[in-house]
Amino acid sequence: MSVVTEIALEAFVLLRLGERRFALGANQIVELIAPSRVFRFPHRTTALEGVILRRGRIIPICDVSEQLVGKKLTLRRFYLIAHRFFGAQKEAIALPVSGDCELITAELTPRSESDLAHVAGWLSHNGDALEILNLEALTPGPFATRMVAALSQPTEVRA
Amino acid sequence: MQAAVPSKARTPRAEQIILFRVGGQLFAISSASVQEVRSIDSLTGISQEIPTTSVRKVRHTVRRNEQTHYVVNGTVHFGLPATAASLIFFLRHTPTALLVDGIEKMTTMTYLQSLPQAFCHEERDWYRGLTPLDQTVVPVVKPEGFLSTEELTLLDTAVQAEFKKKKADTAEAHE
Repeated sequence: MSVVTEIALEAFVLLRLGERRFALGANQIVELIAPSRVFRFPHRTTALEGVILRRGRIIPICDVSEQLVGKKLTLRRFYLIAHRFFGAQKEAIALPVSGDCELITAELTPRSESDLAHVAGWLSHNGDALEILNLEALTPGPFATRMVAALSQPTEVRA
Repeated sequence: MQAAVPSKARTPRAEQIILFRVGGQLFAISSASVQEVRSIDSLTGISQEIPTTSVRKVRHTVRRNEQTHYVVNGTVHFGLPATAASLIFFLRHTPTALLVDGIEKMTTMTYLQSLPQAFCHEERDWYRGLTPLDQTVVPVVKPEGFLSTEELTLLDTAVQAEFKKKKADTAEAHE
């Protein structure tokens, strides 16, 4: 008798930042586009470098590579446009990536308490364990600002 | 036979704006928010220096129509490299006068996108939103965003203290 185990597979997009790959839920992805002109203006959100204009919409650019791989991308091949949630609202954000993106289906392993805030979960692909990114924690916004403030608060230790 | 329902044509709401530069950077402001534009030269003799406060972007006041206007250095406000201002905008509904490099042109905007929420610091107070214009993206400033309530309170206090000091000095000189 064979036992069929039902595994819930989900769709993800793999993105490359330098030598490393990460994953985002495919339902968050809008499109992958060639780099276009960056418009810059004064602001104080240092994680954002400017905006691009795409089909009449203005989209902020956030290079997350420094947080994830420790250095800014020197080569940008594409912008991966993804949805980032702000409460119930969602807005597009452009993430510079250094290589092709790939659509895969894989099983999601939930995050654990010890994982960093930007890790939404894990998946296994071609023998690699890849982080599934939590854009709400990785890119600036009210949630990320609150989280940074909370992390900078000294923790009270009680005996 | 049913009559065709006429489709509602969406007419974009147009707004007159002034495109201007501060520190070499292009900005837009609704022309309805600007009461008067004057040359810097015309302020000689009517502007007053104010004591140093923590509001570094304001160093002078101009008294006009019984109202004190705080002269805001736009380059300091936006953190831009210093440039020589040639014009000053007296803004409506706020005691702010803004130093600007110059006016680029007056035009019409038909679309204003609110600032993406990823921009989550002071810029949310600075801008009403962004507008795509002539193959570029221009931030549209909020006239009331140049001076916060706290900054206005600090400036009012400093100006009143200076006024009292001058009055006392004058009285002393007459005695």
